[in-house]
Amino acid sequence: MSPDLLKLIFGRLGFDSLPLHEPIVVGTFAVVALGGAALLGGLTYFRLWGYLWREWFTTVDHKRIGIMYMILGIVMLLRGFADALMMRGQQMLAFGGSEGYLNAHHYDQVFTAHGVIMIFFVAMPLVTGLMNYVVPLQIGARDVSFPFLNNFSFWMTVGGAVLVMASLFIGEFARTGWLAYPPLSNIGYSPDVGVDYYIWALQVAGVGTTLSGINLICTIVKLRCPGMTMMKMPVFTWTSLCTNVLIVASFPVLTVVLALLSLDRYVGTNFFTNDFGGSPMMYVNLIWIWGHPEVYILVLPAFGIFSEVTSTFSGKRLFGYTSMVYATVVITILSYLVWLHHFFTMGSGASVNSFFGITTMIISIPTGAKMFNWLFTMYRGRIRYELPMMWTIAFMLTFVIGGMTGVLLAVPPADFVLHNSLFLIAHFHNVIIGGVVFGAFAGINYWFPKAFGFKLDPFWGKMSFWFWVTGFYLAFMPLYVLGLMGVTRRLRVFDDPSLQIWFVIAAIGALFIFIGILSMLMQFAVSLLKREQLKDVTGDPWNARTLEWATSSPPPDYNFAFTPVVHDNDAWWDMKRRGYQRPLTGFKPIHMPSSTGTGIILAGLATAMGFGLIWYMWWLAAVSFIGILAVGIGHTFNYHRDFDIPAEDVIRTEDARTKLLAGAK
Amino acid sequence: MTVAVNPAQTGEPVFYLADEHPHPEGWSTSLGFWIYLMSDCLIFAILFATFGVLGGNYAAGPAPKDLFDLSLVAVNTSMLLLSSITYGFAMLTMQQNKIAQTQMWLAITGLFGAAFIGIELTEFAHMIHEGATPQRSAFLSAFFTLVGTHGLHVSCGLIWLVTLMVQVGKFGLIEANRRRLMCLSMFWHFLDVVWIGVFTFVYLLGVLR
Repeated sequence: MSPDLLKLIFGRLGFDSLPLHEPIVVGTFAVVALGGAALLGGLTYFRLWGYLWREWFTTVDHKRIGIMYMILGIVMLLRGFADALMMRGQQMLAFGGSEGYLNAHHYDQVFTAHGVIMIFFVAMPLVTGLMNYVVPLQIGARDVSFPFLNNFSFWMTVGGAVLVMASLFIGEFARTGWLAYPPLSNIGYSPDVGVDYYIWALQVAGVGTTLSGINLICTIVKLRCPGMTMMKMPVFTWTSLCTNVLIVASFPVLTVVLALLSLDRYVGTNFFTNDFGGSPMMYVNLIWIWGHPEVYILVLPAFGIFSEVTSTFSGKRLFGYTSMVYATVVITILSYLVWLHHFFTMGSGASVNSFFGITTMIISIPTGAKMFNWLFTMYRGRIRYELPMMWTIAFMLTFVIGGMTGVLLAVPPADFVLHNSLFLIAHFHNVIIGGVVFGAFAGINYWFPKAFGFKLDPFWGKMSFWFWVTGFYLAFMPLYVLGLMGVTRRLRVFDDPSLQIWFVIAAIGALFIFIGILSMLMQFAVSLLKREQLKDVTGDPWNARTLEWATSSPPPDYNFAFTPVVHDNDAWWDMKRRGYQRPLTGFKPIHMPSSTGTGIILAGLATAMGFGLIWYMWWLAAVSFIGILAVGIGHTFNYHRDFDIPAEDVIRTEDARTKLLAGAK
Repeated sequence: MTVAVNPAQTGEPVFYLADEHPHPEGWSTSLGFWIYLMSDCLIFAILFATFGVLGGNYAAGPAPKDLFDLSLVAVNTSMLLLSSITYGFAMLTMQQNKIAQTQMWLAITGLFGAAFIGIELTEFAHMIHEGATPQRSAFLSAFFTLVGTHGLHVSCGLIWLVTLMVQVGKFGLIEANRRRLMCLSMFWHFLDVVWIGVFTFVYLLGVLR
């Protein structure tokens, strides 16, 4: 075939795009390919494709979508953590003239991919998954406001993850750091596909995130059950509401800034170039206007989880509910007024820096108020040290350290010394691992029995807990020390041999965390095997307080046979205390949304379009775009999107639960 | 804390609705669409901000004074404003359940919208022909992106409008279609408001600059 025709069909993609010269990548590919083939073969052998398609891929049930988000987050955690281990290994070895085992080209991709994956495809899916699963149950709703959109949002997030994963084996990922600052990320300095993978992965996933934000806001505002006024909402629902407001009010900024960067790269405009009037600092400002709210998007739901867990396992009403709500709202607002603290060194002058330094420090006040609320909830409570509570206590200790180093960094003169140093790296891992990741694990351990009807195994859970927590301290406390000594981030080789010991300790810490992750996987496997012993038939294994525990575990498709009526903040606690009797008769048909394959098809086309744009396969991009329009418009011609669950089915489900409950007594 | 006592005659607290009416179809749609519009508004806000920062960076190239033909822009603006009025008429006739008239006003709205896009493309072509390309300076990059994004939105609105006309023709003014027309109405007027911002800040203030 002529080279022109090949170029027309494959764009920039050729055999030389495959990283065959990188033995580590080839090895990884072999493992992934074998594992993937085994998985696909297994699914085919056990004839599970039809089941998966009907019951999971096309489902609009918020519970199943929530579970799929969690699976995505955990799978991507393995990838993101593999990157972390590689970095720790490289930095531990590359001393005394050694180049380590990663060349610069590969190492730069590893640290970029680590950041992007951990934020967008681990933390975000875990947080979104928990919100998706729990919020409709907590507010006594049957599903979210826009169930089809929910399915579509999930698959768009998967589409973004697929693009990032594809970059590992087809071409390369960005070598720019996780925020892809220009001019480095512009076409002149990054002519390869890496930054394009970055852009389109985040754009595809970003559409999903924004839509899911709109969806959950509507759900919380419009679908609360009777009696649940705003100030009777569970705190997790409150923090979810604030998080989704933040999502809707910040992700469009990311969309625009990435679109402008792609215009610079594809069309040759001059937004962020050094010449023709462009301004690279414009990019840095814009991306942090998204980026700072993003960290609160992640941590607010975690705060909500800790609130639920603390009050449940202390057997007490949450201390200071109202102040907790106001603290959350204040953090939501303040998170928009601090973005410049990420680049005090830009040179905005003393007054601008002071303003952003002070607003940053002010955020510690509502956060501190929350901390005291949790402490006072525990005070004189009858605390049960189950796994969710253990993660919560680990969070409280760890997060306070991270918060204090954060306030330290908020002082502009101190930041001039510590900017871009390992001290910063230690700080944000301290708050993200100590806050978001511990929060997600507390949430997983807390709500797992709700989702599956059996508890998680405590032994492996505790293994995971102790290895994670000690591993975290071993891995990141040395980074504080190194940062104070002036070591900057993203370095590949070192000269000063006296630094090596700290990197060795950090690497050992990473290994501990690795054991923690393996223990968590072990915990899932063991729990599945011992599910009969760990079984909970009551639907309320922790003697908890909010509405999601009022229904069975796992809840039926329709969540509640009758819509609950709420009289108190701790609605389920109130029901138990006042002798609520579960209704046994009078069931009626329940109106529910139907499954649809449109979401996964649209997301698949969007991913293909992204791939086409990355590799300059213009025909693929055009065809997929037309496909998106056709499928999207075609979907609007379907006016029959719901069905009724017949009363007999409801009766059968509820009778089965009645038998289970009777057996439990 | 006082416990809300249920007004039911029995005096027993009620913990569930024995007789439930599901939320009507589209219960959350207008709120959801409003929130979507606000997120879209943020996209324009950032583009406006970018134009505000980079709009004076001509890089020794053409400036607004050399490029903008205010009378053409005035015609263009009137196209869009008129289309908003005619969309309003479409909504009024929809209220009265008059399918044919609704369709007619929608078609007129579409024609005004298409005229707007046509004039805008002519303007763009003219500028590019004179060497004022998006690549020429940061000012032009920001100009083409802001105005072009608005134009892209109007084009999407046109596709949506045609789709809805087909659906109204096929299924009539059923509840679902009324809701969709309502959403498109909000979208259309929103684009009008954004255009007033573009007209003022980009064109009028640009020529004064």
